[in-house]
Amino acid sequence: MTTFSDPPKASFRPSMLLSDTRYRSITFQVIALALLVTAIWYLGSNLAANLRAAGLNISFQFLGNPAGYDINQTLIPYTSQSSNLQAAWVGIINTLLVSFLACVTATIFGVIAGVLRLSNNWLVRKLMAGYVEIFRNIPVLIWILIIYTIMTAAMPAPSAFRGDDPASTMMLGSFAFTNRGVYIPGPVWGPGSMIVMATFVASVIGVFAYRRYATKLLYDTGRLLPMLWPSVAILLLPTIIMFFIMGMPIGLDYPALKGFNFRGGIQIGAPLIALWFALSIYTGAFIAENVRAGIQAVSRGQSEAAAALGLRPGRVMNLVVLPQALRVIIPPLISNYLNITKNSSLAILVGYADITATLGGITLNQTGRAIECVVLLMLFYLVISLGISMVMNVYNNATKLKER
Amino acid sequence: MKKTVIFGALTVAGLAAGAAGAATLDDVKARGKLNCGVTTGLAGFAAPNANGEWEGFDVAVCRAVAAAVLGDKNAVEFVPTTGKTRFTALASGEIDFLARNTTWTFSRDTDLKFDFIGVNYYDGQGFMVPKALGVSSAKDLDGATVCIQTGTTTELNLADFFRKNNISYEPVPVETNAEGQQQYLAGACDTYTTDASGLAATRATFETPGDHVLLPEIISKEPLGPLVRHGDNEWGDITRWVLNALIAAEELGITSANIEEMTGNTNNPEIARLLGTEGTLGEMIGLDNEWAKRAIMAEGNYGEIFAKNIGEETPIGLARGLNAQWTDGGLLYAPPVR
Repeated sequence: MTTFSDPPKASFRPSMLLSDTRYRSITFQVIALALLVTAIWYLGSNLAANLRAAGLNISFQFLGNPAGYDINQTLIPYTSQSSNLQAAWVGIINTLLVSFLACVTATIFGVIAGVLRLSNNWLVRKLMAGYVEIFRNIPVLIWILIIYTIMTAAMPAPSAFRGDDPASTMMLGSFAFTNRGVYIPGPVWGPGSMIVMATFVASVIGVFAYRRYATKLLYDTGRLLPMLWPSVAILLLPTIIMFFIMGMPIGLDYPALKGFNFRGGIQIGAPLIALWFALSIYTGAFIAENVRAGIQAVSRGQSEAAAALGLRPGRVMNLVVLPQALRVIIPPLISNYLNITKNSSLAILVGYADITATLGGITLNQTGRAIECVVLLMLFYLVISLGISMVMNVYNNATKLKER
Repeated sequence: MKKTVIFGALTVAGLAAGAAGAATLDDVKARGKLNCGVTTGLAGFAAPNANGEWEGFDVAVCRAVAAAVLGDKNAVEFVPTTGKTRFTALASGEIDFLARNTTWTFSRDTDLKFDFIGVNYYDGQGFMVPKALGVSSAKDLDGATVCIQTGTTTELNLADFFRKNNISYEPVPVETNAEGQQQYLAGACDTYTTDASGLAATRATFETPGDHVLLPEIISKEPLGPLVRHGDNEWGDITRWVLNALIAAEELGITSANIEEMTGNTNNPEIARLLGTEGTLGEMIGLDNEWAKRAIMAEGNYGEIFAKNIGEETPIGLARGLNAQWTDGGLLYAPPVR
């Protein structure tokens, strides 16, 4: 901008609100804000008036009433006599469970596929490109359906395990793969098992401490301690010894066919598996692209310089390329985690009782409290998504370029 | 920014509710079409045929209402609804009339602000199991996996039944009847439970219906009826009396075949009043005098509709049972037309 003369002093005219660039943007923002507030007020009062006209009111009392329905997968105590609120909690925990599992596996799939896409092997490279293109270009809804349908149609029903000459048998006598889910042996906690678990937790902390010490020693003196075997030993040996000292308090409960279904052990329901797998494999394809982009964003000079210093290819990747690539990978990874959490709301499609299925589905339907349930649902997803963003942003800040 | 999302959703609810409350009869007449909520597809009750035309037991009631109000039984826009969407669709004014195997319950009638206009099918909840399972009573189903449509009264009845008998089960919630059928046939559940009429209708579409049995227990009362929004009594009266006219017509022996003949020469004053040759009943509900005649001519009287869509001659093969006229020992009992 070129100024020909001094700006006019202290002569504010209303017309300047539009003509003067100093005020124009503020004017428009005020107008936009006023319109927004009016629109919200109009819609809100419209809603209130209509609800009053229909004789309805907003009330959250239904949360305390007995839900009346049963849920197939509950990680906390729940019966059909529990309240709608308890049903919502069951749904929340199921949502968090499937989101967490899917985030972990999607990251594993994504990192493997992303690194392999840059492989020097033509076949591996093309296979991974095929995986990414096929999975991310078909809606996740369809993947969930396909995987669930294949599971229910291809796996044997529990009745196939029955009889003297059954069509299917349990793997190793303890794992049963049925079209209703996978049954695995579950632990039975006897007296003293808490001490064994405490030992295990202490061992995990011990492993971290050892690795920290080894790294510090390496940086201080250049002496390289062995990593793998001592870690394994610290992790397992004390726990195993304590297990026998306490007289083997932790047993295994094997699933067995009783009546219509397998009983005992841990049941991982088919809906959970289908949803988990579909979400991970779908989002994994997106993460693979992020990882590839992140690695390629690190300039070649970096890896060439590292190689020139004599680092082996594995170390070049671990010490030079990946730490820099992470800065590019983390931000889009956050949105992929958010996507997993939100996409898990498709759970009802396969009968998985997540929050959308319990509070936003059955409870909404049986009580007819649509607005209340939807508002609660939105609040929940908002809180969870913001929570994930917050945690991941902390991690992002830890890995991002430190500017000094 | 996030806040606007919440208000956005409230808006939809707010605007939708705005459509309700007005005089439905005027809306329907102005539109020239009746918006009728039906199932997404349940053979015999409401399903599109090979030509894409909706037909079935519930569809016939919609057509009778359209014929009475608009004079054209085809002036119906069928809106498929699931167990979850049906009440929202009706409350929001998206549909004028819901004929979708819906159980008349206290809370739906009062808390959800609907009016049930009568019962067109007296039903009860049953269980279907594969014959090979060797189960002969619902009380043997301890530990079974049960496919169940979510958002239905059957879901609550199921929980009550198993709790009452102190046995356990594992629910597999499904959204639609088609999905339940698929899960059941794949063996993902041991038994499928819904209204006994629905089970019979579903079984009729199986490749080998003989391999599946309905268990003898009927665990609930399920009076299925059409419903309208609460608060528009004129519209409620019209639809209630269309249904009653269909039932009364069967009792009085009026069929779609003999209706023309009866209109001219009948000595029975009740028939004359119903068919509009005597009295001014049509005027009282804001229609012309031939409303009931058109309703009956649309798809026939109640008995004809039953026989054509779900009766013993059809693949569904339901007996009249409780749904016989009161004169035949059933529960159908239309109030006097006068």
